Amino acid sequence: MKRSNIIMLIAALLPLGLFFFPLWKITLEAPQYPTPLGMYIHINDFSDVHPHDIKNINLMNHYVGMKYIPEAIPEFKIFPIGIIITTVIGLLIAYKGNYKWFLFWFILMIVLSSAGLYDFYLWEHDYGHDLDPKAIMKFTNPDGSVMGFQPPLFGSKDILNFRAHSYPRLGAFFLGLGIATSFVAYLFGKKQNKIPS
Amino acid sequence: MKTILKSTLALLSVLVAFTSCDNASKSNNSGALSSSAAEKVYVAPGEHDEFYAFISGGFSGQLSVYGLPSGRLFKVIPVFSQDAEKAYGYNEETKPMLNTSHGFVPWDDAHHPDISQTNGVVDGRWVFINGNNTPRIAKIDLSTFETTEIIEVPNSAGNHSSSFVTENSEYVVAGTRFSVPIPQKDMPIKDYKGNFKGSLSFISIDPEHGHMDIKFQLIMPGFDYDLSHPGRGKSHGWFFFTTYNTEEASTLMEVNASQNDKDFIAAVNWKKIEEYVNNGGGTMMPTNYAHNVYDEATHSATSTMKKEVRVVNPLDVPGAVYFLPTPKSPHGCDVDPTGEYIVGNGKLSANLTVHSFTKMLAAIENNKVAGDAYGIPILNFEDVLAGVVEQPGLGPLHTEFDGKGNAYTTFFISSEVVKWKLGTWEVVDRQPCYYSVGHLMIPGGNSQKPWGKYVVAMNKITKDRYLPTGPEVTQSAQLYDISGEKMELLLDFPTIGEPHYAAGCPADLIKPRSKKLFKLEDNKHPYATLIEADAKVVRDGKTVHVYMTTIRSHFAPDNIEGVKVGDKVYFHVTNLEQDYDVPHGVSMIGANTSELLIMPGQTETFLWEPKQVGVWPFYCTDFCSALHQEMQGYVRVSPANANTPLKWSLGEDIE
Ligand SMILES: [Cu+2]
Repeated sequence: MKRSNIIMLIAALLPLGLFFFPLWKITLEAPQYPTPLGMYIHINDFSDVHPHDIKNINLMNHYVGMKYIPEAIPEFKIFPIGIIITTVIGLLIAYKGNYKWFLFWFILMIVLSSAGLYDFYLWEHDYGHDLDPKAIMKFTNPDGSVMGFQPPLFGSKDILNFRAHSYPRLGAFFLGLGIATSFVAYLFGKKQNKIPS
Repeated sequence: MKTILKSTLALLSVLVAFTSCDNASKSNNSGALSSSAAEKVYVAPGEHDEFYAFISGGFSGQLSVYGLPSGRLFKVIPVFSQDAEKAYGYNEETKPMLNTSHGFVPWDDAHHPDISQTNGVVDGRWVFINGNNTPRIAKIDLSTFETTEIIEVPNSAGNHSSSFVTENSEYVVAGTRFSVPIPQKDMPIKDYKGNFKGSLSFISIDPEHGHMDIKFQLIMPGFDYDLSHPGRGKSHGWFFFTTYNTEEASTLMEVNASQNDKDFIAAVNWKKIEEYVNNGGGTMMPTNYAHNVYDEATHSATSTMKKEVRVVNPLDVPGAVYFLPTPKSPHGCDVDPTGEYIVGNGKLSANLTVHSFTKMLAAIENNKVAGDAYGIPILNFEDVLAGVVEQPGLGPLHTEFDGKGNAYTTFFISSEVVKWKLGTWEVVDRQPCYYSVGHLMIPGGNSQKPWGKYVVAMNKITKDRYLPTGPEVTQSAQLYDISGEKMELLLDFPTIGEPHYAAGCPADLIKPRSKKLFKLEDNKHPYATLIEADAKVVRDGKTVHVYMTTIRSHFAPDNIEGVKVGDKVYFHVTNLEQDYDVPHGVSMIGANTSELLIMPGQTETFLWEPKQVGVWPFYCTDFCSALHQEMQGYVRVSPANANTPLKWSLGEDIE
């Protein structure tokens, strides 16, 4: 097996790390929470950083009319299937061996990841803006519009008394590394192809 | 008789006056006002104290939790007394804790807390404390800071020489201060001598759960058993009890019980008796006493009446009990960390008497017996004496140790703490107390490994030390730095009730194990409601059970109808929160109990008996959230003969 194919093999396998490590973490800091509240987003689940964190986030959020964080979202079914399919495609490509297909996989993964991120953004937007009209507390922005409580997609942001942090975790690094590695495989394949045999 | 009393009092006053002068000159240059003292007790906002101090609440029946060196009060743990703040003794779950053979006794006189030990070192798992008045021993679990067990002690009265724990927490003892007829009976008091008996109870502690069980009671001659301490290290396996009234007087005790030049320290080889008992020794005696256990899973206590107790006659176990003559009406009985020295503080003696464990064993070995009391051998004073601290002060009471070869003794009459050296018996330093000190405490000072950095003196009188609060002013504790050769007064702080005795240990022993909440999934309370959807109201004849939940910021249900005058309404309230430090309270207008204060994941119950028709509110009593004030509800009460249907709701749309 060519070296580029071996690299591609590794690239295709790396995203499977998403099944072992969380993809994302959202942390909420406030003075009353010396231990901040936090949730992990996995490829197929939400989970507490400390026991009962999600329950307590829900309790806090209901004051401004936010819905409870659902037990599951449809994405939890789609994403794992997507990752398994793209891994299988990646493995087939690594086996079949044409380096040009490595670039195809690279682009496919970029597109799918971006779509995933966008979907995540939409979900967050809905979660942060679709508020109960009977909300206990109503806040408006300086321009008079209704304040949203969307956590940042990436980075840190103040939301009322909380400071929210949203950052990728180990699962996302496995995905990113897999994608980057496929590009490396492509470059290697290209280089090897240019050397006349 | 009166003249004798008067002249005695006069003499004491003169002595106090003399020593006071002496003290006053010294206190001027004490460290109390120097800035370094303030720095030493300053714990900055958000920072934690180095030590926990568990100070008994004396006649309040409670145990209070302070931080050292700051002297800040953190919590009052209800033990023997009802406490409206925490609903202890008011709610249905904890009422059984205060059950006794005399019925529901919602008060006691809490005296000597002692922390459990492992290998002679304080382990921070449980605190034991005695109820003096209606003899009881309580266990407080230091993961929840709640009283989880109370055992009544039969054949006992004035449970004073308690509750001291052996070095592997094998036993906690309960020694009777007052001798009484055993078993109790109707007889002339003047026939006390020779007929009354004193019981020393050895209560075993389950190593895993701390459950208490009276293993045996030693039935001793009818003296007053005042204080006690376990042997440790080399003397592990022995227990020492001071006695007074070896005269066996039963009237005008201050005179009649102070006639003998020497009373005794009773040395009890409990290992020997344990072995005897394990081989079937002793006899089961019919009696009646309560054993109350609080279960953390059901959040409820049960009270069981026990019907017999194993009693042991010391004469049946030769070599198990000896009397060490000790001058004069000894009070404190304190064993140093090595286990060699047994300090008997003769209240009425000018000197401090220290016995040697090694010498005691040698005297026993060589059978050097001076006589006997009711068949129990008395050893020779000179044969067991290790040394005497000559005239260290007036009215010695209690001694603790710093683990560096020094002992610290309180003197009630001369109102001071005196530091002296074990072995050389020389006085090293003395510091005045404000005023009339009783016990003192060094964290771990009651173990093989004291943390000899501070001593806390517990004073009975404060007079002018604080802002006056009418005729009753606060009692108080004083903190001294004992890390140097000389003691330094650092801090005064007020205490609840009478700060009788205390136990202390490093905060790190307890802090990491302190529970933050109760897990809802572990809640096995028979009336728990674990999700809001299960909230309901159930009628059973004239009894109504309300299965209620609380969470920020509402009750479910919050509208209840169909309750009638004359019903017994039980509110079983479960706090659904699973967040640290978010209790909810609830109280009902006209309830004859207290509010409930329910921790996250916990269920508590109170009984409400509506006596008047109307619509009556209930509300959350603990400021729980921004919408705490909205956390409220109503119960509609109809006449006894009405047929209003039972109905409940939460958030029902109102047209
Ligand atoms: Cu509340």
